[in-house]
Amino acid sequence: MTGPSDLSSSYDLVVIGGGPAGLAAAALAARAGVSTVLFDENPGIGGQIYRGITSTPIKNRAVLGEDYWAGASLAAEAKASGAQIVTGATVWSLDPSRQVGVSIGGEARMIQAHRVIIATGSLERPFPIPGWTLPGVMTAGAAQTALKAHGLVPEGRVLLAGSGPLLWLLAAQLLRAGTTIETILDTTPRSNWLRALPHLADFLLSPYWSKGLALLREVRAKVPVIPVQRLSAHGEGKLQHVEYQSAGKDYRRQADMLFLHQGVVPNVNLANAAGVAHRWSERQLCFEPVLDVDSGSSVSGISVAGDGAGIAGGTAAVERGRIAAIAAVRAVKPSASVPDPQSVRQRLQREELGRGFLDALYRPADMFRLPEGETIVCRCEEVMAQQIHDMAAKGCEGPNQMKAFLRCGMGPCQGRLCGLTVTELIANERHTRPADVGYYRLRPPVKPITLAELASLPISEAERKAVER
Amino acid sequence: MARTADVVVIGGGLHGCSTALHLALRGLKPILVEKDYAGRHASGVNAGGVRQLARDIAEIPLSISSMTIWEHIEELVGDDCGFASHGTVLVAESEAEFADFRARVDDLQLRGFTHEELVDRTELRRLVPAVSDHCPGGVVSRRDGAADPFRTTQAFRRRAIEKGAEVIEGVTVTGLSRIGTQWRVETSDGPIEAPKVVNAAGAWADRIASMLGEPVPLEVIAPMLMVTSRLPAFIEPVVILRGRKLSFKQVGNGTVVIGGGHRARPFRDQNRTVLDWQKLAVSAATVWELFPVMREATIVRAWAGIEARMPDDLPVVGPSSTSEGIYHQFGFSAHGFQLGPGTGAMMAELIATGATNVPIDGLGIERFAAG
Repeated sequence: MTGPSDLSSSYDLVVIGGGPAGLAAAALAARAGVSTVLFDENPGIGGQIYRGITSTPIKNRAVLGEDYWAGASLAAEAKASGAQIVTGATVWSLDPSRQVGVSIGGEARMIQAHRVIIATGSLERPFPIPGWTLPGVMTAGAAQTALKAHGLVPEGRVLLAGSGPLLWLLAAQLLRAGTTIETILDTTPRSNWLRALPHLADFLLSPYWSKGLALLREVRAKVPVIPVQRLSAHGEGKLQHVEYQSAGKDYRRQADMLFLHQGVVPNVNLANAAGVAHRWSERQLCFEPVLDVDSGSSVSGISVAGDGAGIAGGTAAVERGRIAAIAAVRAVKPSASVPDPQSVRQRLQREELGRGFLDALYRPADMFRLPEGETIVCRCEEVMAQQIHDMAAKGCEGPNQMKAFLRCGMGPCQGRLCGLTVTELIANERHTRPADVGYYRLRPPVKPITLAELASLPISEAERKAVER
Repeated sequence: MARTADVVVIGGGLHGCSTALHLALRGLKPILVEKDYAGRHASGVNAGGVRQLARDIAEIPLSISSMTIWEHIEELVGDDCGFASHGTVLVAESEAEFADFRARVDDLQLRGFTHEELVDRTELRRLVPAVSDHCPGGVVSRRDGAADPFRTTQAFRRRAIEKGAEVIEGVTVTGLSRIGTQWRVETSDGPIEAPKVVNAAGAWADRIASMLGEPVPLEVIAPMLMVTSRLPAFIEPVVILRGRKLSFKQVGNGTVVIGGGHRARPFRDQNRTVLDWQKLAVSAATVWELFPVMREATIVRAWAGIEARMPDDLPVVGPSSTSEGIYHQFGFSAHGFQLGPGTGAMMAELIATGATNVPIDGLGIERFAAG
């Protein structure tokens, strides 16, 4: 295990996140002779898509699928590259001068980076339906994490609800692992098919096409899929039943577990706190960093790669990690030989080909993004949708003022579970665009650290004296 | 055609909003111009301490007059501003410090100020049960407390508007010129003319002063704060130290706000600050020593607000020394929040009547005049 004392005080390149983008970036840079460290907060590398790739207890390769196991070679490459790979390392701060605050095993360190590649990936889009905070309701991603990392297979009456490619992937993985899924409640609006049609030709050329279709067939053969227009979870103290509307009729179904998912969005917290400029993507309904062709952000020396730069999937993330790494190597060590970025970009374009279709088809319905009434929006501070509506109607113009009035987004999750909902609710109430409303200004630490950890940060005697009066 | 007003207030912090409100209450028509939105900077993100304790003699009268307003804040602005009065305690960490505190309290008594009260070891433990054993005593100001800074600033802004003030946000002042008996304030949204102007521009106030040919040695600072996750209630008063920089307060919801004056790097033209984690680590270490109960607490957020500091750590309050009709109200040097309500009332009185009963000697801008 690498501890804080094994770290240098500075590196040419710090890569944050050990998913496909981070692993590919670290491997390329380290092989080119650039001093590279990769931090990942999980016990093992792989990110969400390849979670547990070096340690999963699931040995039957068919359960997680061949795409999952492709991560093994990526992990092996990174390990062999000479990059220092530090797991269990939580990066909690990054500033525009590229000071990286990291905690390992309860001790904090500040590391100076010449270049930084943020590869913190995506997180699941908030799915704020009535009852989504009940025990027994969780995100499909959380269920997938339990499966990959610990081989945990849910039992009882299991329902899946939502929309998006990952919902189908999770359904397939759960079924292969032996779970009985009673029903999938598909929240994809029918009208999305019309919006997606213009992108169909590109999609048919992309690698997603055949894989996606096979996945759909596999799941539909075993589980009934019901299109729904309304959805809510109910129960005393825990989930007991789910109510939904399908084709104009209301239904009620007993359930022990409800897994929710309506796509993933970039995890922008670290980049946002570092001062990286972001913009609203109307296509993906989320904020994404503003990047140049080399993945460079508005802050000098900081790049963003992978799904954190805009959702494009795991294989695209690999290429985007390489593009960012090539730029880093060229900046730090111009004499090193690196692949031609143009050829990497061409591969990336192919990977991204099917995205327009998927984004249009799986665009989540307004009613599942814009909650009403007593539905909780901010779980940490228990702020309800009605409160946001009322405050916006009274003149609150943006999420940062909303934070000050209602404390939404001020809990330990730092807005990960409510940020997009709050922005969209304000925009909707004020008849303006999310781009004009903006997002939370996020404050470090972007991941909570204990007072003891912070106090453990090495401080020179000069520093200690300098700050005393 | 320029808009007209009785007074243009530059800056929508608590001070600007308070002055605008008190001017409106006196029947004058103020226009407040704010470059971002009210409470965007230090006024909205400070520690919220409402403290008379440990102030310089020169600003004690202002602080006391302000305290009277704080105690009836809801009557003034229609919102309690989250104000709760549990006192502020200055903790002595050594016998030598305790002796200094005794001398200070004696001196204040001679001057007729009774708000600071020396407390022995027993009373200190009663007030702050969680404090570490090495502390021999302290000073308490029992009427002190804490409020919610952004809510307070917004409440003053809202009430000022209700009483007839105009508040223009997202508009920058670009120039000031004298036309007859009027001041013409050039803004990014067109000119405004008024006989009187208040410079309450905080960290940007030196630029306004420079436009008047009255430069001041203003330092832009960004005091850092951090807040923990919720903890069971363990402390009521705000705690401050003298030897080491620390202010420490548990809010009603259980979170603990840790501050004390360690500074971030400010970039005022970008509205940004860059935190200095080495210094926050010093704060963390101080809390670690003083409050063992805090050791496993989680830090969830750290930030800094941009504000102005003067070389003598005292605000600039009162009329301009060079330009008739101009009034300054800035440079509160990291302790201006408590002073906001009272200073606004005093400034409005000064502007409306030409005089004020609150002594502000020693706070004028002339103390920085060249030569």
